[in-house]
Amino acid sequence: MHAAVRAEGVVKRFGPTTALDGVDLTVRPGEAHALVGRNGAGKSTLVSVLTGMARPDAGSVTFGGEPAPPYGDTSAWRAKAACVYQKSMIVPDLTVAENLYLGRFPGTGPIRWRELRARARELLAEYGVDVEPGERAKDLGVEQRQFVEIARALSFGARLIILDEPTARLDAGGIERLFAKLRELQEQGVAFLFISHHLQEVYELCDTVTVYRDARHIVTAPVAELPKAELVAAMTGEGAVADGASAALVSQAGEPVEEREPVLRTEGLALAGAYEPVDLAVRPGEVLGLAGAAASGNTAIGETLVGMRAPDGGRISVGGRAVRTGSVPDALEAGIGYVPEDRHRQGLVLTRSVAENATLTVADQLGPYGTVLPSRTREFAQGMIDSLDIKTSGPGQEVTGLSGGNQQKVVIARALARDPGVLVAIRPTAGVDVKSKDALLGVVRRVADGGAAAVIVSDELDDLRVCDRVLVLFHGRTVAEFGSGWSDRELVAAMEGFVPGAGDGVAAGKTEES
Amino acid sequence: MTDTADRVEKETPPTGPQLRVAGMEFDLDFARWRDFSLVPVIFVLGVIGFIVSPAFLTSDNLIGVVQQSTELGLLVLGEALILISGRMDLSLESTIGVAPVIALWLVLPASGRFTGLELLPSWMSVPVCLAVGGLIGLLNGFLILKLRVNGFIATLGMLTMLRGLHVGISEGQSIVTVPDSFAYLGRADWVGVPAAVWLCLGLFAIGGVVLGYFRHGRALYAIGGNPEAARAAGIRVDRITWVVLCVGGMLAAFAGVLYTGHYGSVSANQGNGWIFQVFAAAVIGGISLRGGRGTLFGALTGVLTLQLVINVMTLGGVPALWTQFINGAIIIVALVISRFASGEKQD
Repeated sequence: MHAAVRAEGVVKRFGPTTALDGVDLTVRPGEAHALVGRNGAGKSTLVSVLTGMARPDAGSVTFGGEPAPPYGDTSAWRAKAACVYQKSMIVPDLTVAENLYLGRFPGTGPIRWRELRARARELLAEYGVDVEPGERAKDLGVEQRQFVEIARALSFGARLIILDEPTARLDAGGIERLFAKLRELQEQGVAFLFISHHLQEVYELCDTVTVYRDARHIVTAPVAELPKAELVAAMTGEGAVADGASAALVSQAGEPVEEREPVLRTEGLALAGAYEPVDLAVRPGEVLGLAGAAASGNTAIGETLVGMRAPDGGRISVGGRAVRTGSVPDALEAGIGYVPEDRHRQGLVLTRSVAENATLTVADQLGPYGTVLPSRTREFAQGMIDSLDIKTSGPGQEVTGLSGGNQQKVVIARALARDPGVLVAIRPTAGVDVKSKDALLGVVRRVADGGAAAVIVSDELDDLRVCDRVLVLFHGRTVAEFGSGWSDRELVAAMEGFVPGAGDGVAAGKTEES
Repeated sequence: MTDTADRVEKETPPTGPQLRVAGMEFDLDFARWRDFSLVPVIFVLGVIGFIVSPAFLTSDNLIGVVQQSTELGLLVLGEALILISGRMDLSLESTIGVAPVIALWLVLPASGRFTGLELLPSWMSVPVCLAVGGLIGLLNGFLILKLRVNGFIATLGMLTMLRGLHVGISEGQSIVTVPDSFAYLGRADWVGVPAAVWLCLGLFAIGGVVLGYFRHGRALYAIGGNPEAARAAGIRVDRITWVVLCVGGMLAAFAGVLYTGHYGSVSANQGNGWIFQVFAAAVIGGISLRGGRGTLFGALTGVLTLQLVINVMTLGGVPALWTQFINGAIIIVALVISRFASGEKQD
C-alpha cells in the first residue's frame, strides 16, 4: 500500500536561513503520526510544503504514490491534505453550513439555503460530528470548531489531516473527545499528522513519532520504542536531562516556608459566574498552583489578582497593604507582577521592540520627569536579556521575530521588571518548546526562592509540578488541595471534578503538606 | 543546561557583546531609515519643480509652500497621534472650521456684519477656540470610550454635525472680522519666516520628543499596537486615549486659528474635505492605520510631499480643472512608493 504522504529530501530556504534541510517524512494511511521538535525545528515549514502553501526548493512529495499537485493549484492540494491550524480558518459570522461549502456552493443561481443545510447535516453526520449546521461558527466551542474544520477537509477528499497544536485551547474533556474522534476516523483510513509540544499526548494518541531538530530529520520510530527521555534528548540534542531539570525546580528555600508571614492574601474574593469566595494565603518562597480545566474559574482568579478583572467583593492584600481591586496600575504598585495567559493578546505589543516590551511596566523608572531615555531602556532590556537568556539579535529587535519561547521570556521580563513581591503567571508555558518550558518554570522558581510569592494558574501538569501547593478548582469551587507529592492521576481526576472520596482529597493534601 | 549557556556567553570575551552592540545599532539605523523613505520623493519633487519653473527655488515660493503646509500639518499631527494610539478621528476637518466660528461668535460684537454675542473679551478668542477643540475631543472620547460606539461612524457623525453647527452659527456666510490675536498668529513673520511655520514645527518637535522620550508618549505605541497588553502592563489605556483625542481636537482648533488669521476670514466650508488629505499624508508618511506604528517625522514628510505636488503642479501650469485628478493620482503613486520604500504592508 502507498503511503498517505511521503516527503523525501525536502529542502526549503528563506533567504540565508535553511528552514528544511533535506528532511523525510512518511505517513501511512490510517496512521497517527506525531511530528515533534522545538520551535524553529522546521515543523511549520513542512506543514506549508505539505499543504501546498510553500514550494520546496528541492525534494519530492507524493500522496498515495502519486506526485503532489503543481504549486498554486489550491483545489488539487485541498483534495490531498488539509491543516487544522491553531488559528481558526473558519469565518465566524457565517453558519456552519456556509463555512462547509464556502467557495463551492452546489448548483448555480441563487443559493438554496434549505438544501445547503440538509447537505451540511449529511456531511457532518457522515463523520459523526454533532453540530447544528444552522449555527453560527463563532458560537461553536473550540473542539466543535475543529471537528467542523476536519469534516470540511475530509469532504474535499483529503485523507491526510494535519493538526497543529489542536489541544492548546481545549480542556481535558475536549481533548478526550477530540482523540476519540480522531481514532474513529483513523479506522476509516484517515491519516493524521499531529504537531504538538505536549509530549504526553503524543504517547496517548500516536503510533509513530518523527523528530526534527534544526531543520533536519533526526529520528522516526514507533512511540512504543522511544521512551520519553530519549524523545526529549532527540529534540534537544542533549543527554536525557528531564529528571535533573525537574529536580532543580523544587524549592531551595532554607527556612521552612510555613513559618513565614504570607505576602499575598485574599479574603472572600468572589466573582459571580466565575468563582465562589476564595481565601488564599501565599508565603514568601512559596509557589501556589491554581489548577483547573478551562472555565473552572482559575484563570478568572488569576486575572482578578492582577487587576484585569474587578471582583464582586472581597479583599486582596500584599504584605499587609490593601490593593484596590480591578486596577492594574494599583496591583503593579503593590508589587504584583503579571504573566498573562495569551502572550499575543495580552502579553506583547508585536510591532514594537524587545526593549520596549520588556520595559512597558517600568516606564516610570527610566528617566526623570516622566521621560524614557533610550539608553536606560536599552541597558535595562539588555540586563533582562542576559539574566533570562533571551535569544535575540539585541534589544532593538521586534518581538515578532522571536520564537515562542523567547517571546514568552520577554513577557516574563516585563512582569519581573518591577521586582514584584508576588508573581501571577497564567499558563506560562503554553505553546513553547520543552527546553524553554524548563527555563521559564525555572525562572518562576528562582523568583520564589528569592523571597517572592508566586501563583501559577494552569492545567498543565508540568507547570503544576513546580508548585509547592496546588489548589484544584472545578466550576468555580476549590475542590481539592495537594501538597507537593501528588500523582498525575489524582490531580487530573480532581480537575475533571472526580475528587477521590470527595473530602478525602483535601484531607490527603493537608497531611502531605505538614 | 542553562548553566552551560550562561558560561558560554560569559566566556566569549569582548567580541560577543561588541558584535551584539554593533548589530543593535544596525537595527536602529535601519528602523530610522524607514522614516526617511519619503525624503528621496521630496528631493525628486524638488528637481522636477526646478526643471518646471525657475520660480520654484526662490525663498518666496518655498516659504509659501511651508506656510500652506502648516494648517494641514497640524491636522496631520493630531491625526497621527490618534492613529498611533489605534483610533481615528474624522471630525478634525470640521473642528478646524467650527472652533474659530464659536470663538468669534462669543467674542465679536453684534454691531458688525456678523452678529456676535460679545460675551467674552477679545483676548479670550484664542483660548476659547482651543477649549472648543478640546471639548470636541472630549465628546469624541465619551462616544468612543464610554459608550463604546464605533469610532469611525461616531466621528463621521461628529464631522457632519459640527459642519452643520458651523453653518448654523455663521448663517452660511463668511465671517470677515477676526480678532487681532488671530490675525497676528496667522500673519506675523518671525525671523523672516511666518510665525505659523515656527509654531507648527515647534509643535511637531514637542510631539516627536513626547512620543520618543516620555513614557506617556511611548504608551501610545503600546496602546495602538496591542491595547490589551498595554492594560496588562498597567497603562491607563482609556485615560490616555481620551487625552490624545482632546489634544487632536485642540491641534485642529489651533490650525483653525492660524488659517482664519492668515486669510482674515472664516468661510462656511473651511476645512471641508480636508480629512482625505490628512489621512493620505499620514499614511504616505508611514503612520499605520492599524495603530502602533509610525513617527511624526514621517507624517511631516507626508504633508510636505502633498504640498510640494500641489505647488509644482501650479507652477507647471497644469489646467485647474485637472489638478484634482492629478493630485489624487499622485497620492496613490506616493503611497505605492512609500509602501515599497518602507517594505511594510499598509493594510
